[in-house]
Amino acid sequence: MDKDINIKVRVWRQQGPKAKGHFETYKLENISGGTSFLEMLDILNEQLIREKQEPVVFDNDCREGICGMCSLYINGHPHGPDNLITTCQLHIRHFKDGETITVEPWRSAAFPVVRDLMVDRHAFDKIIQAGGYINVNTGGVPDANAIPISKLDADEAMDAASCIGCGACVAACKNGSAMLFVSAKVSQLALLPQGKIEAKARAKAMVKRMDELGFGNCTNTRACELECPKGVSISNIARLNRSFLGAKLSD
Amino acid sequence: MYWLFNSSLGRKFIMSITGTCLVLFLLFHMCMNLVLVFSTEAYDMICEFLGANWYAVVATLGLAGLAALHILYGTLLTLQNKSARGSQGYSSGNKTKTEWSAKNMYVLGLFILLGLVIHLCNFWYKMQFAELIGSPDAVAAGSGLVIELFSKAVYVVIYLLWLFALWFHLTHGVWSAFQTLGWNNKTWYRRLHGISCIVATIIAIGFAAAPIYFGVESLLNGIMTLY
Repeated sequence: MDKDINIKVRVWRQQGPKAKGHFETYKLENISGGTSFLEMLDILNEQLIREKQEPVVFDNDCREGICGMCSLYINGHPHGPDNLITTCQLHIRHFKDGETITVEPWRSAAFPVVRDLMVDRHAFDKIIQAGGYINVNTGGVPDANAIPISKLDADEAMDAASCIGCGACVAACKNGSAMLFVSAKVSQLALLPQGKIEAKARAKAMVKRMDELGFGNCTNTRACELECPKGVSISNIARLNRSFLGAKLSD
Repeated sequence: MYWLFNSSLGRKFIMSITGTCLVLFLLFHMCMNLVLVFSTEAYDMICEFLGANWYAVVATLGLAGLAALHILYGTLLTLQNKSARGSQGYSSGNKTKTEWSAKNMYVLGLFILLGLVIHLCNFWYKMQFAELIGSPDAVAAGSGLVIELFSKAVYVVIYLLWLFALWFHLTHGVWSAFQTLGWNNKTWYRRLHGISCIVATIIAIGFAAAPIYFGVESLLNGIMTLY
């Protein structure tokens, strides 16, 4: 059985996008090790409401690691200190009794804080709108093996498609670069026959939008893939570089 | 062509291409230095060959252009990345286990630039530059300059520190150039990372040979001074 522990949570509080933020420390007692990190914040919010204080605002939705809504920069890591998980899959057993846990919003010029721990990640939607789709209806699910696709390509496309667009890559990157996200979204389509046709135009359009939105330049520090909850590899970035440079040089 | 300057990938392309050319130059320069350890006459012949002849001057100008572009774009990218990061940092720091060199390329670059300025004053200014402006003090045979410089302990230490920074810069820089050019995947990442370390180590050891050899020689002969 997991032990119950007492913790302190140091949370970033910010009234609105323009307001000046600050850290506030709250005490929580007898939190079970099996509590998920978001459940812990729920407990904190119930406690705050009982004390007639404003609850902490944070993004969350599915709470099973597939929607990409939860964010939070916890103790120096996006999605906390555990590997290959989102914040909703992080549990209190990863923390020590009496520990102070620092919780911050994603920090990046392209992801402005909305309130407290919630940031505006619309920039990612705008990148997808720039070309992260196939322009024609490709019909329903084709019969298996009707279109030959190598196992290697299928696996790579599936791995790229596992990106949930949470923004941990941007949050971890010292340059605030969105290259891991963009490259995953370009790769998942470019590797398959339906998406291959528009691959060059897509790479150019999405990179252009990414630059316009104020994301930084990739310097290959690999922080993104080390913090990605889905383990998306920087080999996707190499693929994006390859197709972008190829497209520009063949223009 | 405009994409080279107004897209993030274009700017990175310039960094990787200029960086690759500079690595190739370093390999060539290192081979030249190794000659000195074996024969001062052969080295002086190379110095003569690379004096103020037109091809050497053209190559020097090209090299200066490459280095200037690499430094200029490094500065530009670093400034852009700083503003993309935003003014608010993380209070809990960044604990992602990335390589130290990968996150400090610009600082390492500045350190290398500082070393380069000292190096140019030590040699290029007294050799090719002096010859170009027709100074009577121009030195044609470089071996004497090298042996004299590395009989000073301070310079041996400065040059070794400089090479140490260069080693760090290259362990990240070499594979990073391949990644930026798109020549990487899951299999090649490990290989390229290995190649990076090997290239960086060959260059660092190759260059360190001259200061260590002549430093030790002057020490054994008892003519080593502090500065």
